[in-house]
Amino acid sequence: MSEIVLHNVSKTYDNGYAAIHNIDLTVKEGEFMVVVGPSGCGKSTLLRMVAGLETITSGELSIGGQVVNDFTPGERDLAMVFQNYALYPHMTVAKNIAYSLKLRKLPKDEINRRVKEAAEILSLTEYLDQRPGRLSGGQRQRVAMGRAIVREPKAFLMDEPLSNLDAKLRVQMRSEILQIQRRVGVATLYVTHDQVEAMTMGDRVTVLRAGVLQQCDTAQNLYDKPVNVFVAAFVGSPSMNLLYAKFDNDGTTLHIGSQRLTIPHSVFAQRPSLKAFAGREIVFGIRPEDLTLEGSGETLQGRIGHIEALGSELIVHFGLDARNYVVEDKGGSTEEVEEMLEATALTEHVRNVARVAPRSQIKPGDSIPLHVTMERAHFFDASTGKSIW
Amino acid sequence: MTLVPTSRKRRRDRLDRRPWGVYAILLVMMLLFTFPVYYLIVGSFETPAQTLDGLRGAAPTSLTLANYHSLSQVFFSQTITGTLKGFYTVSSLVSLLVVGGGLFVNSLAGYGLARLQFKGRRTLLLLVIVLVIIPFEAIAVPLYYMLSGLRNTLVVQALPFIGSAFSIYLFYTFFLALPPQLEEAAKIDGAGPWRTFAQIILPNAKPAFASVAILSFIQIWSSYLWPLMMTQSPNVYPLSIAIGNLLRQQSTPNYGEMFAFGVLLVVPMAVFFIVFQRWFIRSVASLAVKG
Repeated sequence: MSEIVLHNVSKTYDNGYAAIHNIDLTVKEGEFMVVVGPSGCGKSTLLRMVAGLETITSGELSIGGQVVNDFTPGERDLAMVFQNYALYPHMTVAKNIAYSLKLRKLPKDEINRRVKEAAEILSLTEYLDQRPGRLSGGQRQRVAMGRAIVREPKAFLMDEPLSNLDAKLRVQMRSEILQIQRRVGVATLYVTHDQVEAMTMGDRVTVLRAGVLQQCDTAQNLYDKPVNVFVAAFVGSPSMNLLYAKFDNDGTTLHIGSQRLTIPHSVFAQRPSLKAFAGREIVFGIRPEDLTLEGSGETLQGRIGHIEALGSELIVHFGLDARNYVVEDKGGSTEEVEEMLEATALTEHVRNVARVAPRSQIKPGDSIPLHVTMERAHFFDASTGKSIW
Repeated sequence: MTLVPTSRKRRRDRLDRRPWGVYAILLVMMLLFTFPVYYLIVGSFETPAQTLDGLRGAAPTSLTLANYHSLSQVFFSQTITGTLKGFYTVSSLVSLLVVGGGLFVNSLAGYGLARLQFKGRRTLLLLVIVLVIIPFEAIAVPLYYMLSGLRNTLVVQALPFIGSAFSIYLFYTFFLALPPQLEEAAKIDGAGPWRTFAQIILPNAKPAFASVAILSFIQIWSSYLWPLMMTQSPNVYPLSIAIGNLLRQQSTPNYGEMFAFGVLLVVPMAVFFIVFQRWFIRSVASLAVKG
């Protein structure tokens, strides 16, 4: 039993800044839990609280059924992988990996056996006598993993362990980390700002914003059923199109700028609360892949700003005469932000994105009808940002 | 045909572009700094007459070991006695106390200031900086009265120099630059604060330790004012006081012996510097690779 359970955990710094608000979270034994959020959302603080590197202001943290609030980091029996690996520069790879075992006064034979085994798993055997300074980024990352696994800890904590690696290596290390975690089978808390990493690695993903837990669910559920507009915008790349819209008084037609969408009954059946929004403003959300060039039913007319041809699909940036809902501090990966800036620089209103079939006969400046898959549309309360179900 | 002159011309151009003026200034400055050292060394192998023969003494015709020989005998026979070995022992012990004690005390103080969060930390840091700029001469007299009970001991010669604001500040800035994750990793590995300091911080702080060791050794080895104030007995005289007394107590000063004594005073400093400098450079190189 080595569950990590956070119950009503908060962190307030001496200067009064509240970094974490009443978090309830359970990482089950063997589960790979990813905590994701924009920079400064408190995800690293949360991890450091679990590690014992930050004190817990209120609430209870238990690991393996034992409350560990007052335990030192060493007593918590966790292993942590840092963003900059934090390898001891003056020790060889073998000594780095063995250090924690030596502190626990394990017999030499046992230490050697475990170091050897970890080195084999991580293909580090030939580097055991080298110092970290001579290794590449990926190898250092492996040493950091090695240091974590030899301890046979109750849980793994990882603080953006891949963010110092180049894109290709990152993808490779993602699967290596997952494989190791499956093999060792301990609860893992993994922090990242990269939502793609979060979605691809986590058994479950926790989305954090300004120290408040937004949603904790499987990647698919976060994508399909975001609880609020922040999660909707944060999860998915390119992110969901969000537009201010208003229901007419009988509550069946949605006005988006000068355009209208008739909401089918199936949607109301899915989301009974939507009826209550007749005559009110909401935020209408639609994912880029739920807008198509061919199809039937409701359409939105858009003017193409620019097109990115990815080979397998076209990313069409288009403008509408409707107001976009902008999520503050959405963060996301840097490429995404740059992409967004680039898009907004071209024309102010080209904020919407559709993913369409490759080789479609469209060009910038065209005005095109985009078919909306209404059953897959999202609706949010414009005042609270909460999803309407 | 044309190739040769062109390449020759190019080479000449390249030579012309060298900053000859700067080289000339540097050369003059180098001579200014190194000539006294050269004179000291050469003079220590000359007879007093040669030594005092102005610049001609710098180009000796014959060298002798007589000065070193007489220094190795018991000397100061007129009024007091002491041996070279004795003076060396005193200077070495005092330096060992200052360098060893200083590295221990000041590194811990610097580490505490850099890493521990406590009330008054900033004030304390400010105090350290203020202390750096106060010259020793300004506090020598109060110190004399405070420590007068310890006069004529080895300890008193070292005591005021063990805790050093400058060393603390040097350690402080160095520790600030060390990534705190190293200590956090050690914490998670189960190391306590002392073990972390000894096994993780210390081995990575060799450049700082080497710099402080060099600077404090040079300072204490050649210190003169404080031991002059605190010692009246030849068996606690450090080298620097002994050389001063040699000058004062000879009716006609033997400059050859003086020069030899000077060399003997400087050699340990040079050796110490060279040993630690090598360490220093190695540590800096390993830091650079760490990336």
